[in-house]
Amino acid sequence: MTVDPTISALTVFVLAVVVGYHVVWNVTPALHTPLMSVTNAISSIIIVGAMLAAGPAETDWGAWLGAAAVALAAINVFGGFLVTQRMLDMFKKKEKKGATQ
Amino acid sequence: MTPNQVGLAYLVASVFFILALKGLSSPVTSRRGNLFGMVGMAIAVLTTLTLVKNWALILAAIALGGVIGTVIARRVQMTAMPELVAFMHSLVGLAAVCIAVAAVHNPASFGIVQAAGQPIPTGAKLELFLGSFIGAMTWSGSVIAFLKLSARMSGAPITFPGQHAVNLLMALAMIGCGVWFFLDPQTNWTAFALMLAIAFVLGFLIIIPIGGADMPVVISMLNSYSGWAAAGIGFSLGNTMLIIAGSLVGSSGAILSYIMCKAMNRPFLSVILGGFGSEGGTVAAGDGTQKTHRSGSADDAAFLIGNADSVIIVPGYGLAVARAQHAVKELAHKLKEKGVNIRFAIHPVAGRMPGHMNVLLAEAEIPYDQVLEMDDINSDFPNTDVVLVLGANDVVNPAAKTPGSPIFGMPILEADKARTVIVVKRSMAAGYAGLDNDLFYMDKTMMVFGDAKKVVDDMVKALE
Repeated sequence: MTVDPTISALTVFVLAVVVGYHVVWNVTPALHTPLMSVTNAISSIIIVGAMLAAGPAETDWGAWLGAAAVALAAINVFGGFLVTQRMLDMFKKKEKKGATQ
Repeated sequence: MTPNQVGLAYLVASVFFILALKGLSSPVTSRRGNLFGMVGMAIAVLTTLTLVKNWALILAAIALGGVIGTVIARRVQMTAMPELVAFMHSLVGLAAVCIAVAAVHNPASFGIVQAAGQPIPTGAKLELFLGSFIGAMTWSGSVIAFLKLSARMSGAPITFPGQHAVNLLMALAMIGCGVWFFLDPQTNWTAFALMLAIAFVLGFLIIIPIGGADMPVVISMLNSYSGWAAAGIGFSLGNTMLIIAGSLVGSSGAILSYIMCKAMNRPFLSVILGGFGSEGGTVAAGDGTQKTHRSGSADDAAFLIGNADSVIIVPGYGLAVARAQHAVKELAHKLKEKGVNIRFAIHPVAGRMPGHMNVLLAEAEIPYDQVLEMDDINSDFPNTDVVLVLGANDVVNPAAKTPGSPIFGMPILEADKARTVIVVKRSMAAGYAGLDNDLFYMDKTMMVFGDAKKVVDDMVKALE
């Protein structure tokens, strides 16, 4: 008996939702904005799908569409992680002062 | 790389994404968390590069997007974070749509079918349908959210008769086109394109009736959608990493929406159905009696605050609009020098997105141990000499304690319990809930009218 790949995918999906639920409840409310920007960067993981779409050796309109998706997702990857970094660095300055308490 | 090696590399990347979110549980570990996120993304992209042939095109696209993204991330003002996040959600949505269309056009390059020309299996069609319609709705919804947040469009809810019926019919039509798309053994572009078009319009229609100050919920919800769109594409491609990363983001956004709704004491459904109040609208009729308020100047406020032993500052959206965070830092610094115990109280829905105020205060280098969440500071208000409310309204409205009030049950910052209250506001206009605020008419309250930044600057001068 073999399991349909969709069932395996569903298993992964449900477990990931459970993990996400627990991890996100532990995020401190002060960092909710960085949470949004970093999850934004993470959701641009679809760049992987975009690369596959742009990937075939022969470049037809589908590949161009894929390339457009790669560029869109790349804006998010770079923009999302860098702006998160910028925000977290602002919290860092305070941490040094706060660490003396 | 062999498929197994690729799978393992994707697994490693997935674990890094989980660690990235885990890092955000404290500011101390957060930067390492963000680094984990970047490492995970780098592993994912480099691994995928080994699977594709068209390197020049792909690397050029990454470079183009990378430059744009870097410039945006460097230049954006912290007060503009909500619109940046909305803009980025829209990109995820649009990219998901592009991928889904490309996958329908050429399923073989994604491994959906074994060879070019074979029909797409029904299961894969369902998954493509899910990924593309969520993506399309994320895109158009986020565009509207972006326009509203950046004030390029009025933040007021736009409603029309029969709105919910229209939305419902469109949703049914979209699902109908989906069914048509599955049942046709060939690739039915008409059904697919029609479905996408309806999803675009639907995304637009479900965001326009939601008012400006409900934006913390909307932006969290779109955050969630962008994750589900990524997970949907993951199902289409049979890629577990996309499913994992997408679900993490999806549940994160869903939890944030829940937290925001709870902080407003409003059911999620009623926020989504929209049309609640109109931002900056007229003062509600109230009980009809003419109430009087006491107003003063920035100098008066500075005098009061300068002689206090303990001060709590309650920042709201008005602070973000006036970009007053640096002026507030000056004020806090001056008061600290005078030996005043100064703290900040943050309501979960202050600002236009979750955690917005914390970022603005962090930008102004206000130590985060002075910035307290609602539950941690509410019991301290009765022992506080002066509360300074800066551009906040509904989050300090004592009407939330009165049964029958539209905001009854909403958790508030109990500023009314302090000995003296100073409210800095542009006018007596009601907040987005359209309610009069009894706090403004209390004997111990002094209103200071004006732009938050200007008033705080004047207070700093007066303290010198």
